[in-house]
Amino acid sequence: MLKVDGIEKSYKQDGLFSKQRQQVLKKVAFECKQGECLGIIGESGSGKSTLGRLILGIEKPDRGRILFEGKNVNDRRVRMGSISAVFQNYTSSINPFLTVEEAIMEPLKAQEKVKADMQSKVDTLLHQVGLDSSYRLKYPHELSGGEAQRVCIARALSTEPRCIVFDEAISSLDVSVQIQVLRLLKELKQLYQMSYVFITHDIQVAAYICDRVIIFRDGQIEEMVPIEQLKDVQSVYARRLLTYLITFQVEDQG
Amino acid sequence: MLMRLLRNLSKDKLAMTSLAVIVIIVAAGIFAPWCAPHDPEEVNMKLRYASSSWGYWLGNDHLGRCVLSRLIYGIRPSVLWVLVALMMSVLLGAIVGFIAGYFKGKTDAWIMRVCDVMLSFPGYVMTLAVVGILGAGLEHILIAFVVMKWAWFARVIRTSVMQFSEMEYVKFAKASGIGSFRIITKHIVPVTFADVAVIASGSMCSMMLQISGLSFLGLGIQAPHAEWGMMLNEAREVMFSRPELMLAPGLAIVIVVSAFNFLSDALQIALNPKLMTSKGKLRKKEVGKTVYEYSRG
Repeated sequence: MLKVDGIEKSYKQDGLFSKQRQQVLKKVAFECKQGECLGIIGESGSGKSTLGRLILGIEKPDRGRILFEGKNVNDRRVRMGSISAVFQNYTSSINPFLTVEEAIMEPLKAQEKVKADMQSKVDTLLHQVGLDSSYRLKYPHELSGGEAQRVCIARALSTEPRCIVFDEAISSLDVSVQIQVLRLLKELKQLYQMSYVFITHDIQVAAYICDRVIIFRDGQIEEMVPIEQLKDVQSVYARRLLTYLITFQVEDQG
Repeated sequence: MLMRLLRNLSKDKLAMTSLAVIVIIVAAGIFAPWCAPHDPEEVNMKLRYASSSWGYWLGNDHLGRCVLSRLIYGIRPSVLWVLVALMMSVLLGAIVGFIAGYFKGKTDAWIMRVCDVMLSFPGYVMTLAVVGILGAGLEHILIAFVVMKWAWFARVIRTSVMQFSEMEYVKFAKASGIGSFRIITKHIVPVTFADVAVIASGSMCSMMLQISGLSFLGLGIQAPHAEWGMMLNEAREVMFSRPELMLAPGLAIVIVVSAFNFLSDALQIALNPKLMTSKGKLRKKEVGKTVYEYSRG
């Protein structure tokens, strides 16, 4: 359904006349199927957030194409209502001048699918993410981090998209809230039959929610494995990532 | 939006006073023929340097003209036309700044180089040059102001737009396929409005002072017409024998400039979205109630 086809991206390095460019993504290609949760794991600076921005069509790749059901995501009409996103930073993820209700209705309004039952739609969405309808008239600064992130999820769901990109969406929440949100995301995926592209640095989170993970390093795909075979990864880098995790767990227990 | 702004401002006494001063002065300027007790250009040599009387509240100047009437007519060039020039340069600067800050990249680089060129001319000198080419007159000074100031506004607004266009709600709006125009009007204009309002009212003051300064030099509005800077210039000769003639336009400038400065400070606070609450009205009721109970007990 979502097909990333040999994309490359580089950024100009400092200086107006500098010709030097830093290659951030090198020949990345993969596919995300309908109803699948694809995890993209990598260290900070590995280019995974850039990949997320390219999938969302916010930036254009230098080379290659990203196709959503055969159409290029750079066209905003392809994205509208079909692809959605949840970002990391909950403090800046909702316009401070909008109420929760207005924020959730924003993508719907853009689609010009304004219906009479919009109010009840907002209520349903809020209930689905575990908030009650009293939140409708609140402003973003009146919400806690977990609540704001739930509102963002509700907003992403509002157009019933077929694919949602989560860019470190739960990394800034504390652990207990993370588990709640992850459970919620699993349920919603079942309910709406959506695909997730789950960008994270946390293998445990990826192991919990994803069907398949891509291990990403220096702008390249190091390895792609189904989650059941995560223990049997081949590449050196991926094995090292896993050992870090295991030692960390042992220390935790001891 | 406007109602909410006024509600927030109404809690601040200084801001309300400044706003009232500005509104009164602007109204007096617009309705000058009805507000002014005399014709501002009527010469009456019998009343030369007369001190204040019931007929002429602020006395008469060196040609026996009514100072109060001249002060009221002077609002038009000193405040109203400056406001118009300000709005034009802010509008131009805002459009350019929004384009540069939102689209970034090459567009931004070109626009900013043009702004750099405009900003590398010293403001006063350019104004003098424009007046030198087109001749003395208020319109020419205002044209020079718009030409000189828009680059500065564009630069400041661009920075503010850039900062807010990195916000994740803008990214979300882009990702969900909302058009650029809609994103700018819905997400970037409201958040940058506070910055724009503050820099606009801040430079209102400097523009008023500059117009008065240029009129003082005799480059602005021409002789019989009233303007505050020119009134100061005319009173200069009798500065020590009749200081009150300088006091009237001087005070008028100081009062209007301070009012704009105070208002710009208060606007910055009143436009903060964190002041909005879902329970705003409820809280007010609660406060009212406790006060009532307190006074009863």
